[in-house]
Amino acid sequence: MTNMFKGKLFGIMIPLIAIGFGFLAGGIIMLISGNNPITGYVALIQGIFGDIYYFGETLQRMTPLIFSGLAVAFAFRTGLLNIGVEGQLIVGWFVSVLVGIVIEAPMIIHLPLAILGGALAGALWGFVPGVLKARFQVHEVIVTIMMNYIAMHVVNHFIRNYMLESGQRTAFINDSASLSSDYLSAITDFSRLHWGFLIAIAACFLMWFILWKTKKGFELRSVGYNKHASSYAGMNVNLNIILSMSVSGAFAGVGGAMVGLGTYNYANILPGFTNLGFDGIAVALLGSSTSIGIFLSAFLFGGLKEGANNMQGQAGVAPELVEIIIALIIFFVASSYLIRWIYSRVQSKKEGK
Amino acid sequence: MEYVIEMNNIRKEFPGIVANDNITLQVKQGEIHALLGENGAGKSTLMNVLFGLYQPEKGEIKVRGKKVEVTDPNVANDLGIGMVHQHFMLVQTFTVTENIILGSEPVNKGTIDHRKAVKDVADISDRYGLKVDPNAKIEDISVGMQQRVEILKTLYRGANILIFDEPTAALTPQEIKELIQIMKNLINEGKSIILITHKLKEIMQVCDRCTVIRRGKGIGTVDVADSTENSLAEMMVGREVSFEVEKEAAKPKDNVLSIKDLHVEDARGIGVVNGLNLNVKAGEIIGVAGVDGNGQTELIEAITGLRQAKSGTINVSGKDITAFKPRKVTEAGVGHIPQDRHKHGLVLEFTVGENILLQTYYQKPYTKNGVLNYPKMYEKARELIEEYDVRTPNEKTMARSLSGGNQQKAIIAREVDRSPDLLIAAQPTRGLDVGAIEFIHRKLIEERDKGRAVLLVSLELDEVLNVSDRIAVIYEGEIVEIVNAKETDEKELGLLMAGGKKEAGEPK
Repeated sequence: MTNMFKGKLFGIMIPLIAIGFGFLAGGIIMLISGNNPITGYVALIQGIFGDIYYFGETLQRMTPLIFSGLAVAFAFRTGLLNIGVEGQLIVGWFVSVLVGIVIEAPMIIHLPLAILGGALAGALWGFVPGVLKARFQVHEVIVTIMMNYIAMHVVNHFIRNYMLESGQRTAFINDSASLSSDYLSAITDFSRLHWGFLIAIAACFLMWFILWKTKKGFELRSVGYNKHASSYAGMNVNLNIILSMSVSGAFAGVGGAMVGLGTYNYANILPGFTNLGFDGIAVALLGSSTSIGIFLSAFLFGGLKEGANNMQGQAGVAPELVEIIIALIIFFVASSYLIRWIYSRVQSKKEGK
Repeated sequence: MEYVIEMNNIRKEFPGIVANDNITLQVKQGEIHALLGENGAGKSTLMNVLFGLYQPEKGEIKVRGKKVEVTDPNVANDLGIGMVHQHFMLVQTFTVTENIILGSEPVNKGTIDHRKAVKDVADISDRYGLKVDPNAKIEDISVGMQQRVEILKTLYRGANILIFDEPTAALTPQEIKELIQIMKNLINEGKSIILITHKLKEIMQVCDRCTVIRRGKGIGTVDVADSTENSLAEMMVGREVSFEVEKEAAKPKDNVLSIKDLHVEDARGIGVVNGLNLNVKAGEIIGVAGVDGNGQTELIEAITGLRQAKSGTINVSGKDITAFKPRKVTEAGVGHIPQDRHKHGLVLEFTVGENILLQTYYQKPYTKNGVLNYPKMYEKARELIEEYDVRTPNEKTMARSLSGGNQQKAIIAREVDRSPDLLIAAQPTRGLDVGAIEFIHRKLIEERDKGRAVLLVSLELDEVLNVSDRIAVIYEGEIVEIVNAKETDEKELGLLMAGGKKEAGEPK
């Protein structure tokens, strides 16, 4: 019994310790580069909580991160590494905006339709590597990485040639497809916070429900842990692989829809990857692929990125430091073995005394 | 008489448990000394103390009468203690020689002296009759050969006292025979051996003396010559154990399983089941005896739908299931205790309860409208845990943390509770201790008496002889003979398994 408790506690301790180490190392870097870490971190925290506008922007930033984190985690639970969340998010963004522009309908139909469009596009982008993996044993990491480039360039092609409105972007979507909220914007001092944040919370609940409460989720997890035992028990392993990649892609696609329908209300030619999808890998890793963990780590990363602006303005610390801290946190999570080792050393010393 | 190894009053604690409580082990020069105990009794802990992986809380270790502190495995090495691990520690893509010299490479002017290494390895191999090719790659040689490489490794490092940790667990009967010969050669060359095992027959065959431990406590040391399998088992388990499986004569009825002219290919496309015919009737246990690799695995996979048969038919209770997928086979009334419980039998990261429901989770009342009913699932799991005596803290414990015997009981609970017409048990007692083996054999016979057909596939001849009513001998993918279990013995079966009577014609 004590062992189990220890194990669970440890699951929470490792991300927390990793975050601590990340900030500690970040502070040392600030010292070396001639900044005062205390001023820097105070500015960072003020940049997240110090103003209701910053806080609204933080929630807005974390919305797509929640979705990309869920997408990575969902596939991971089935034993698959979906590196293609970036591409799935891009096509989801584009298709949802497309639906938002070309269709005219009352909001109650139009908005769900636009989100669904994003979900289907993302699902298709996950379905392809899923089928290739299940049918021909092509490794999903390779396929999804390539699908990312295909997504970006295909979307850019369509926008450039058929939908270019002004400069680098499409027209605005119809209001009936927009997630923007005057109310949420007003209570956060006119930030870009939109209804998508609530949808993201619902999505966290949805993933938890699918994986842990449904028959399909049982099969997906079983396949993820042990393919052989799953097929022995009569589960269709290949079908579950395809399904898992598709659902994962759908989560990512809806994440893209949140950006397209909520934050910007348009799509634009992408000069490079948005990184929202890639950050999902970090979010899922830090959140140990659990819904609640993903929500919290999306908040952390969203907040860090938002707070970086203020850190530069107030304390003169380069905003790239935040990227370094995030990278260090991930490094420490990934090297949880090291943390375990240090922890056990400290424990045994305590016992010795 | 001087002892080469003395471990006196060893005590080793782990948080919450005492793994070794006042155990004494004394090994004489030139003997094979058995260390006997059930799974989890503390055998491995004791050996790891000797090998320097653990430090004991109390007690002393003497090597050749001199008190020593074995602080790490290098010290053990220097003292001439070598360990042949149960799970081999070999680099698959290296050659035999490269593996053996790894860590103590002979160096000549800064480069590895390969020629000398190969010669040294070949010399040691010859001297002890190991017959290992020094230049073969590990991935190309059999499990038995890999084990000999492990033995060579210890000898190359100058070991005089060899610890064998469950050495026969992964070996075929033929390889076991050869290993026993090798051990005798080692003794003749002046080595001493500690054999960790829970197989009584092996102890009777090769060992001189035997130290028994039970639940971390030393029970005593006996001369094997003065002991019987029964007396050793009693010491190990702490109560009387019967090896004779008690059962009444079978009352076979109609055919449940009938296989006609079955052909199955393995993953490489080579025919491994070649025109196999077999019938199993309700109310009887048919044991399939054969040397490993004669098509047993593929036969089971074909019946259970995990592998597609090339041709032929498989009938269960009048239904042609040849082309069925696993789930449909299960639903047609087939229960399957798989031979590899970690690979096929369990999802180790799932709870015991989830594993018990692994074949039925999708049925009512466990699933309704696609949503699982966990309270109902765990209620059922609790019932079966109770009924099948699965020792687990509760139904929500990870399957991984259970002992092998209890994991197997969970699988048996799952498969038997569905009351399948045909129960396939593949190596159901592999790696289990006496108590668990007894339980499983009793369950199989109970199922038979309830009128089910049981197909038992095992590499342990004793098991096949004791539990089966009739024995089908498989050789190169065919059933070459079916004999009555009461009217045969190991010798006859051994001959048949080696293909000795293949020309005798069709099975009866």
